[in-house]
Amino acid sequence: MRIARIGAAKQETPNGNEDLTNLDHLIEKYKGKKGNLIPLLQGTQELFGYIPRAAFEKIATETGLNLSDMYGVATFYAQFRLNPVGKYIIKVCHGTACHVQNANAITEAIQESLNIKDGETTDDGLFTLESVACLGCCSLAPVMMIGDETYGKLTGAEAVKIIKNIMISENN
Amino acid sequence: METKVIVGLGSCGIAAGAKKVYDKIAALREAEKLTFELKKTSCVGMCYREPLVEVIDESGSYLYGDITEDKAVEIIDKHINQNNPVKDYVVYTYLYDTPEKLYVTSQNKIVLRNCGYIDPESIEEYEAKSGYRALKKIAGSGMSRLDVIQTVLESGIRGRGGGGFPTGLKWKFANNNKASEKYIICNADEGDPGAFMDRSVLEGDPHSVLEGMIIGAYAIEATAGVIYCRAEYPLAIKRLNIAIRQARDKGYLGENILGIQGFSFDIYIKEGAGAFVCGEETALIASVEGQRGMPRKRPPFPAASGLWRKPTNINNVETFANIPWIIQHGGKEYAKFGTEKSKGTKVFALAGKVKHSGLVEVPMGMTIRDIIFKLGGGIKNDKRFKAVQMGGPSGGCIPEYLADTPIDYDSVNATGAIMGSGGMVVMDETTCMIDVAKFFLDFTQKESCGKCTFCRIGTKRMLEILTRITEGKGHEDDIGRLEDLSYQIKDSSLCGLGQTAPNPVLTTIRYFRDEYEAHISHKKCPAKVCKPLLTYEVDAEKCTGCTVCAKNCPSNCITGTRKEVHFIKQEACIKCGMCFTKCKFDAILVS
Repeated sequence: MRIARIGAAKQETPNGNEDLTNLDHLIEKYKGKKGNLIPLLQGTQELFGYIPRAAFEKIATETGLNLSDMYGVATFYAQFRLNPVGKYIIKVCHGTACHVQNANAITEAIQESLNIKDGETTDDGLFTLESVACLGCCSLAPVMMIGDETYGKLTGAEAVKIIKNIMISENN
Repeated sequence: METKVIVGLGSCGIAAGAKKVYDKIAALREAEKLTFELKKTSCVGMCYREPLVEVIDESGSYLYGDITEDKAVEIIDKHINQNNPVKDYVVYTYLYDTPEKLYVTSQNKIVLRNCGYIDPESIEEYEAKSGYRALKKIAGSGMSRLDVIQTVLESGIRGRGGGGFPTGLKWKFANNNKASEKYIICNADEGDPGAFMDRSVLEGDPHSVLEGMIIGAYAIEATAGVIYCRAEYPLAIKRLNIAIRQARDKGYLGENILGIQGFSFDIYIKEGAGAFVCGEETALIASVEGQRGMPRKRPPFPAASGLWRKPTNINNVETFANIPWIIQHGGKEYAKFGTEKSKGTKVFALAGKVKHSGLVEVPMGMTIRDIIFKLGGGIKNDKRFKAVQMGGPSGGCIPEYLADTPIDYDSVNATGAIMGSGGMVVMDETTCMIDVAKFFLDFTQKESCGKCTFCRIGTKRMLEILTRITEGKGHEDDIGRLEDLSYQIKDSSLCGLGQTAPNPVLTTIRYFRDEYEAHISHKKCPAKVCKPLLTYEVDAEKCTGCTVCAKNCPSNCITGTRKEVHFIKQEACIKCGMCFTKCKFDAILVS
């Protein structure tokens, strides 16, 4: 079921480290509009990379939306995250075309190389590994996406090499 | 005329490196002060040849494929500067025979009429290709709402999102329900893994979808339109936003559109947040309203009570993209394509183990074999064609011996699969059908919204059974158990997701029962996919004693000294396949 995919929020530092004043503009834009819940959450995630607990509370107080409704929606859709993510999100496509062309090998190679499981973030906060349903680049299967960059026709070794290159450029 | 150089910048092209090629050509043009016109377009459908660059000069048009930055430099140098096309890289031109001639000439493009030919960010280019002329025809000739609906009915077009419900009829129902506010929604939540035609249309020709929606809005008297688009398609959203802005500026959206008194309509985009079930109409509406995307009982159908409880009409991207063509050329002209009950053309996304993966648009009624072998070029590495998966998680696998089935809604349904949105994932002898069924059940089980017990728990139980079969722990009566569960889930689920979720399992049992039996009774995976059922052995003739397998074996079950044949201790082997992947000499045998 859908909720099983998302872990509960980890214990955060009190009030988080996020600057919630960034939300004011967003709340201003959507306050009182019907159907505003999802755009609000999407906007929040755009700002912070995830939805901090404090942001839920602030939005609920200032817009009158129900906290339970917001949490319900956030846990329903695959897009929303309740925990901070790495600087780079590695999205490995597991659509049908990628699956029959061995997308599992790519996820496994990355898991081994970064020592994280699907959905986890590396300790240095650099990478988050995510399996996604379909990126729509089936002709290039198997595919992964890092940031806005899509990499196609991969093998496990090639995927790891791309990630290592990002690590090297980050360390310089 | 000025020579034009056009680079295909769809998502797939960009992923294949088209942006770099474009930048390279732009830099070269700047540096050498060349005079050709450099333009962008989107996907022409020939994804397997991306990046694609088209050069149009006085002699004609040349489509170059598999272009790298170096090849682009060569083309500019030889073709543009010396007027000498680089024949080796040309994949299609109408001037002489080329490798991709069959791929291009076997298609009938209606939906994809402009994809790959125009700059999707330019409304002028769309207008130059008869764009918005259907809308102008309605405004100019005084076509009434009922005339429009009648034309769509005559065309015989059925919903291209998968349902196959006649579009004209849907519009008629929505038109019959009178209200001060009505909505028209474009379903662009293309969630089927393996389908990417909607993305291509939105990226390549967004105005055709807008025009289709505006015509639909006129027909049903809608006051506002929503495009519900997957957030995973950022380029499509960007181009739609540009198109909507342009259409507003030109008066195709807004008040009293094209002088039609009282016809005011505007469109906005709603980004989906990632839930397959939102492809279902009522779940989609819930999502637009900002709730969890859970389906509700029908009736009332959206045509009577949809978004914000107002009459609402929902069509798929591809359906809308057909509409301007139908209005312009007439319903009867459209109905000339296709079969008796399935009219028109259909776009298919070919992917998987097929040589030419990409988009093809063909008249309904073409056989599966023609699509895969004529257009698709056959199976990769010339392996044996085993099955084709149609309809995504709601569809099924059609085996090789039914490959002469004509593709129309009813013939495909008769096989147990569905037309769906037109994804065709081709599978060869190295694909395990139980693994495929497990893959889809894993997908539907995760995507089930949880409302109906049978869908929520039943899919989970089915997944557990399939998992144990692929692990060699299947029980003798598991096939019957899967069938029982399948029928119960189909009968007891509210929406399409649950009603169709067992299809991949039912069709694979129907056509590949022997494979299930091999897994369950003989503990063998004929396609050599299910790792726990495989045995790894060292080929004594090929082994060079390089020790790589032994070093990489996580369970230390490989013994042997350098330069001598190695040995795998079967009782300790965890069947991870690491030795097979790492061996450079093909010396690991799998059986």
